[in-house]
Amino acid sequence: MADQKNNTGTAKDTPRTGLAFERPIVELERKIVELQNLSEATGMNLNGELKPLQQKLLRLTRDIYENLDPFDVVQIARHPLRPQTSDYIAQMLDEYLELHGDRHFGDDHAITTGFGRIGERRFLLIAHRKGKETKENIACNWGCAHPEGYRKALQKMRLAEKFKLPILTLINTPGAYPGVGAEERGQAWAIAENILAMARLKTPIVCVVIGEGGSGGALGIGVGDRVLMLEHAYYSVISPEGCAAILWKNGERAVEAAAALKLTSRDLQRLGVVDEIVPEPLGGAHRAPDEMVAELKGRVLEAFGSLDGFDTDQLLARRYERIRAYGSLDQQPEAS
Amino acid sequence: MGWKFRKKKKDIPGGVWLKCQGCNTMLTRKKVEEVLGTCPECGFHFKIDGRRRVDQLLDEGSFEEFGSDVAPVDHLQFFDKEPYTEKLKKTQDKTGLSEAATVGRGRLDGRDIVFGALDFSFMGGSMGVVVGERITLAAEVAREEQRALLLVATSGGARMHEGALSLMQMAKTSVALGRLGEAGIPYISVLADPCTGGVIASFAALGDIILAEPGALIGFAGPRVIATTIRTKLPEGFQRAEFLLEHGFIDRIVPRTRLRQEISCCLRYCTPGVRSAEPQPEPAGEPGS
Ligand SMILES: [Zn+2]
Repeated sequence: MADQKNNTGTAKDTPRTGLAFERPIVELERKIVELQNLSEATGMNLNGELKPLQQKLLRLTRDIYENLDPFDVVQIARHPLRPQTSDYIAQMLDEYLELHGDRHFGDDHAITTGFGRIGERRFLLIAHRKGKETKENIACNWGCAHPEGYRKALQKMRLAEKFKLPILTLINTPGAYPGVGAEERGQAWAIAENILAMARLKTPIVCVVIGEGGSGGALGIGVGDRVLMLEHAYYSVISPEGCAAILWKNGERAVEAAAALKLTSRDLQRLGVVDEIVPEPLGGAHRAPDEMVAELKGRVLEAFGSLDGFDTDQLLARRYERIRAYGSLDQQPEAS
Repeated sequence: MGWKFRKKKKDIPGGVWLKCQGCNTMLTRKKVEEVLGTCPECGFHFKIDGRRRVDQLLDEGSFEEFGSDVAPVDHLQFFDKEPYTEKLKKTQDKTGLSEAATVGRGRLDGRDIVFGALDFSFMGGSMGVVVGERITLAAEVAREEQRALLLVATSGGARMHEGALSLMQMAKTSVALGRLGEAGIPYISVLADPCTGGVIASFAALGDIILAEPGALIGFAGPRVIATTIRTKLPEGFQRAEFLLEHGFIDRIVPRTRLRQEISCCLRYCTPGVRSAEPQPEPAGEPGS
């Protein structure tokens, strides 16, 4: 289904007030900070008051995050303070050399590609970029890539294949951009050709859905040997808003649509779409970005390591079987 | 084994008389059917079903369906105004089709091919697991039996009732086409009105040769989504086959009345398993029209 633009994830809630469902957490956090400030300013020992509040916060957070509605998950995935590609590049990678050229039309900032390294592991990174503040959001088009972004990714995939570099992709897009220029330059072809290339590319590919996995725009850099998904990311054939607009003729019913679409990491692992869920810190990645980055770093290295033993033929045969099984009845999430 | 339709349903709406959606002329059904479901006045192409595609493109009586036993499963227990299982049942009853794709072996001008067609009348030709599975089977059989693959695509995109599993059918069909291409088997993709979303962003875009019917709407995003996004009126002819030809994404626009002979011509140049330009002997059987 065509991606909808009205899903660009500009959360109406500001980072400071938090998402509606996490407001009790934010309020309690504020109370704790106030007490801590008071304690510092006056030198009073308020541990007697602080301890129970901190325990209450932990309980409350756990309670709320264990009972998330699928649409809450969508909002967490879109949270403006959630770690993004730029954070993973800055904190997870020991080196990143961006390579810009798509050799066709222009440089699409919604997708970054380049050489990356974690420790001794060298790879090619392909990642959606959303940008952090308005100016950057605009430059990155909120992570909605044009065909040139997908063609840049393809050009670099061929480079990786030629020099036997494994590929890491970080997926975080509301969807590929639906616009006149995008259609004139063959958005459908750009995505289809990437899917085909990734399905047969002679080098290992690890994909991670770090935030929004928006439809074909996500899959355009999302086919690989091992697909990981952060706990509170979502991955869907259409945005909940778009689905609600079509099926219920009412975009307001996105909450129901999100539930119907089975777009959470747990559902998708059950359905065999993702291989592995990367747990997030309590209260979501945006509450402890450093912890999130460290966790993903370990998982990425493990995933690359798990593919080291296969030669090219084995890798491609395995990838074929993996993709071939999507939707089959006896589909079981494979053990690593 | 033959055609598995339970009952015949008219694909072109109307009775003995029908109105052309292109030029508003009243036409007799007979006249329209004589020119393969197009308007004799203005050339408008009516939407036709897979069964009629078989009649129009394949040698008479040569079609043998496979994959018809692949039945839809409600993996998500999807529910909007009604359960998805109900919707499927109603659609099957209304259309007489088991799903939105029909695939099988057949002959075109005496050449053995694998043929597949999507049906827009079945939930907008949307691709869920069954459509993905049947297209993938078609590509696999074509590879195993060294037959050229011919697919006629018309679809609104991925089927949202099957969630991310629908999305993954884009990968599934593509990986099978990838192996088909590596084996040097030709794949001809024909795009009919409309062809959008996850179908054109996967297997329909991956033909060695891509043909389109005149006026067909072809694009990644639907025009309404784009108009809402950019908040302006879209240019005349935007996303029509002629626009796609102009921008270099399709190889030819072919009126339905010439489709069979042009496909046959393409197949004469692309023989399965042969990647050189050596001349090939004409196959035995009926010469082309
Ligand atoms: Zn007409």
